[in-house]
Amino acid sequence: MFPYVIKRVLATIPVMTMVAVVVFAMLRLTPGDPAAILAGDDASGAQLEQIRRTMGLDQPILTQLFVWLKQLLQGDLGVSLISGTPVVSMIGSRVAPTISLALATIVLTIIVAVPMGVVAARRPGKLLDRTVMTFSVMGFSIPTFVIGYLLIYLLSLKLGWFPVQGYSPIEKGIGPFLHRLVLPTIALSGIYVALVARITRSSVIDVMGEDYIRTARAKGARESTVLLRHALRNAAVPIVTVIGIGVASLITGVVVTESVFNLPGLGRLVVEAVLARDYPVIQGLILLFSFTYVLINLTVDILYTVFDPRIRY
Amino acid sequence: MMKTIQNPAVGELPPVGAGIDRKNSTFNQLLLSLKSIPVLVALVVLVTVVVLAAFAPVLGTVDPIAINPGGRFSPISEAYWLGSDAYGRDLYSRLLYGARISLIVGLGAAAASIAAGLVIGVVAGYLKVLDAIIMRVMDGVMAIPSILLAIALVSLTGASLVTVLVAITVPEIPRVVRLVRSIILNVRSEAYVEAAVSLGTPTLRILTRHMVPNTIAPLIVQGTFIFASAILTEATLSFLGAGLPTEIPSWGNMMADGRMYFQLYPGLVLYPGIVLALTLLSVNILGDVLRDVLDPKMAKRT
Repeated sequence: MFPYVIKRVLATIPVMTMVAVVVFAMLRLTPGDPAAILAGDDASGAQLEQIRRTMGLDQPILTQLFVWLKQLLQGDLGVSLISGTPVVSMIGSRVAPTISLALATIVLTIIVAVPMGVVAARRPGKLLDRTVMTFSVMGFSIPTFVIGYLLIYLLSLKLGWFPVQGYSPIEKGIGPFLHRLVLPTIALSGIYVALVARITRSSVIDVMGEDYIRTARAKGARESTVLLRHALRNAAVPIVTVIGIGVASLITGVVVTESVFNLPGLGRLVVEAVLARDYPVIQGLILLFSFTYVLINLTVDILYTVFDPRIRY
Repeated sequence: MMKTIQNPAVGELPPVGAGIDRKNSTFNQLLLSLKSIPVLVALVVLVTVVVLAAFAPVLGTVDPIAINPGGRFSPISEAYWLGSDAYGRDLYSRLLYGARISLIVGLGAAAASIAAGLVIGVVAGYLKVLDAIIMRVMDGVMAIPSILLAIALVSLTGASLVTVLVAITVPEIPRVVRLVRSIILNVRSEAYVEAAVSLGTPTLRILTRHMVPNTIAPLIVQGTFIFASAILTEATLSFLGAGLPTEIPSWGNMMADGRMYFQLYPGLVLYPGIVLALTLLSVNILGDVLRDVLDPKMAKRT
């Protein structure tokens, strides 16, 4: 197992380097003068000069690339063009709401989607299964922000059960913190639940045809034991994979959900940076989200060997 | 000549030569799937959206961007079939013209990403020298969440229909490249391709006549999903303020405009949101049907 883990960890290096190069190339390959793009239309010559110097745009392109990669390795994401604050500290001050939202969503998804998938897989094609699959297609198709606004409309405006928008830090008490997290979490879970329920269903159905399921039934195991102990456990690998891959749509969802519910997290920071044309911040957040995505999938791949000791590379 | 070389193993990815029988049964299968009520409803919804978009000017609409300070936040009335927004613009007309924008973006992004992905995928699948480099770049692009990549591209190039189309297309390309490349790699070793090579068929002809046709069915399926995801991405970008210029009446822009007044006039956000959701739902349901019929191998996997 150990050589595999090392091999897998090393395999992320080229991917991360490519991400950094792509992000680097985007600004430099966009038609037009990069400094002018960053400064906006009404910048003076002196401002352009200033940006060229701080971003190193006056250097040859290969030098720029090496400086850029070196800074990244040192954890330096540059400074905001607007406030001059280091991007890293901007990220630090906005990370808590995003992590709370993401974790709550993953927990809710697993609690809801895995049982949904297992229940659907018990009798494929029957009413319960079709209902679950209908929910799943709807979860895929209804955009996160539409779910968000429908929830606000029904549960906040009509019924008054939840605050319309906003965030309360966990330090100010767990009650208000959770209360304000409920609607955003449900909205964000939609697509994720759809994804995980679908894959749970199909992998449990696959496993149900195996010999050891017949054996378990033959020895008189209860149906719930067969489903949970034998089927679900062996179906775990694809489910965990999809939870990892789904992080990509989770990240998209975070950006949208934080905007809908006015949560002061990293997703809102993306939108604020776009509206202010603060490119270093956008760039830093893209790198952060992409690296997180790659690292989560690395973790998932390593977890395989724990979930399924048969897997040997 | 082709038919004599064909072997049973080719059955999974039939060459064009085996066309006629299969086409007929494919068509029948598609007809048969219309017996399912959700599929039928999805088809009706999608056709309705297309018809409304195509005939928007003659369906009782007014200028979707005409501002009327006297008619702000009008309720549903004879003049405003679905009410009006903060600028007195007619919501019904904006919804119909918004459908045009969504369909243009969806079709444009699907066509562009498939064209680009097909070329790059064939090159990667056929030329071993370039394969590694191309695929590493694709891995890099795929590791960037597509909405963030699109946001960055739009914020660099400025908002316009073309830049938004490009920004939506670029993140979709790697998945098409992977699909095309894997098919090309698969058929490379097929007997009919080797036979064509040994007969001295020019490379370009082998590619276009014997290899690329295998990608058509999977690409049609992929295309429907890209179509839906492009419509969603455009709406998301516009909703976040990083999409189409605000004067273009797209569904995402309508929702972005309505956000501020949501508590008083929820319809401003909910009408375009619900129409968007219904459209995406229909396309995804029909895409699933297409996949089951055209590409059974892929259907089994999900």
